[in-house]
Amino acid sequence: MPNKNRRPSALATATGKEAPDSLLRELVAHFRDNRDPLRRQWLEMMTAKGLLEGLTPGEAETESATIYDTCIDCLDTGTYESAQIYATKMAERGVLRGMTTEQILGGMLTLRDVYGRSLFDRYLSSPARLAAALDAYEPVGNNILAVVALAFIEERERVVRQQQEAIRELSTPVLRVRPGLLILPIIGLIDSQRTRQLTDQLLRAIRAHRAKVVVMDITGVPAVDSKVANHMVQTVDAARLLGATVIVTGVSPEIAQTLVTIGVDLSKMNTVGDLQGGIEEADLLLGYRVIVGEEASAPQEQ
Amino acid sequence: MQVPILKQRHYLIASIQGALTDADLLRLCDDLLEQVGKFRSQGVVIDVTVLDVMDSFATRTLRSISQMLKLRGAGTVIVGIQPDVAFAMIQLGLRLEGAVTALDLEEGIAFLDKGKKEGQRTWPVSST
Amino acid sequence: MASEQHIAIASDADIVVARQATRALTVELGFSSSDQAGVATAVSEIARNIVEYAQSGEIVIRVALNGGHRGIVVVARDTGPGIDDVEIAMGDGYTTGRGLGLGLPGARRLMDEFDIVSKVGKGTTVTMKKWVR
Repeated sequence: MPNKNRRPSALATATGKEAPDSLLRELVAHFRDNRDPLRRQWLEMMTAKGLLEGLTPGEAETESATIYDTCIDCLDTGTYESAQIYATKMAERGVLRGMTTEQILGGMLTLRDVYGRSLFDRYLSSPARLAAALDAYEPVGNNILAVVALAFIEERERVVRQQQEAIRELSTPVLRVRPGLLILPIIGLIDSQRTRQLTDQLLRAIRAHRAKVVVMDITGVPAVDSKVANHMVQTVDAARLLGATVIVTGVSPEIAQTLVTIGVDLSKMNTVGDLQGGIEEADLLLGYRVIVGEEASAPQEQ
Repeated sequence: MQVPILKQRHYLIASIQGALTDADLLRLCDDLLEQVGKFRSQGVVIDVTVLDVMDSFATRTLRSISQMLKLRGAGTVIVGIQPDVAFAMIQLGLRLEGAVTALDLEEGIAFLDKGKKEGQRTWPVSST
Repeated sequence: MASEQHIAIASDADIVVARQATRALTVELGFSSSDQAGVATAVSEIARNIVEYAQSGEIVIRVALNGGHRGIVVVARDTGPGIDDVEIAMGDGYTTGRGLGLGLPGARRLMDEFDIVSKVGKGTTVTMKKWVR
């Protein structure tokens, strides 16, 4: 990817104003000629700041080389395509995931300093030339920084979304116990978003498993308010539309008090004390009879 | 679109084939009320599997059909409500109180058979 | 994607047309299947409101954009008798027609945003939005 030497296509857009082509050429050539010393300097500065922690020397070497060349590429072509591609690739490879915000942004800011200082050194004798060089270089440097930072943040957000989704799904399993019977253990706080998901999952499971009875156990629900109670009633009603009966179990003393006090209409809800009782009730509805076998009832030899 | 009504043993099966207008639904009601007497049917299954929307009018009409058929001596089971449709109905605040629902045609007929086997002459008004 | 679709509402058959057009657009926009059903049901309710109370009117559906979010905007317009007290009409159970009195409040529950403007003798405009999750 580095040093493709694409012909400049949109220099003016890259620098924000009309930078003389020759000056840009000069800058690109300067950064390429001094690639090794400048890159060394950058690596040393990052090491000093502790920004390379967690990276093997080999990784630091390859990543820094690629970033260095990518930046020059952007300056050369006047487009940020290569920076975009590199940042995306880095995100895909999980490189960004293992690094801290400080490492990513700190590293890029350090590189900008290194480039900037090398320009100072080079054009020290001609302030006018230095000003022109900085004018050409700075917007490009800032844009690269923005591209990388954005890719980093997007990746983080994507991971967070993924994890939220995973937690939500983990927290509401729909379990099939026997043909026709599902168990929905609800653990933790319920909000409207989660009830939506829970109901959605339950309805699909009822259809997929051809369930006739669902035992919804709320032993693990710490508290309910009128909104949550109404959500529960909705879930029960929706299941009924698919021909399934819902039995609610595990209503704690506190929740029982709350529900009656706030006056939620529970007349249409079947409730049984605990999960075991709920399953027994479900078996009855489904026509199952549990028979304890002789072997199981005989004393077990240790 | 007219809803075809099939006679199968002691039952009538109304199998909805596509989106229905209000007029189609009212016609279904008339047809079922008439045919249930003509064929001396003991049960009716209304299959709504293909409906992707059941709004307040459709729900109310199905509920009324179920109650009217009961007065004509036949049990009604509404089968095949899609999960997404059920969810939307509930959010809208619609219930099918007074009507029996079942997962699909097979379950619906099984429900009617069960009532018949036990020599039931009257029909339950709710699925639970 | 057509920028805007106008559906004239004058009879119960038009209600079917309106919800089918809505469903097609929600599919195109990538709504989840349960949201597709929800939006189509809400449109069915407000279209029914037009037929029952105003006899005729129109429903306009179009794509909504808000930053990175996409969604659907539904506008239902009629020049019917209008609603005397919007507050009461938005309460559950209110009906003067044949419905269950769930039309407007039910549609509001199914959508993310809901706005109603009504003037007695002038007509009613309902604007509602749903965003792709």
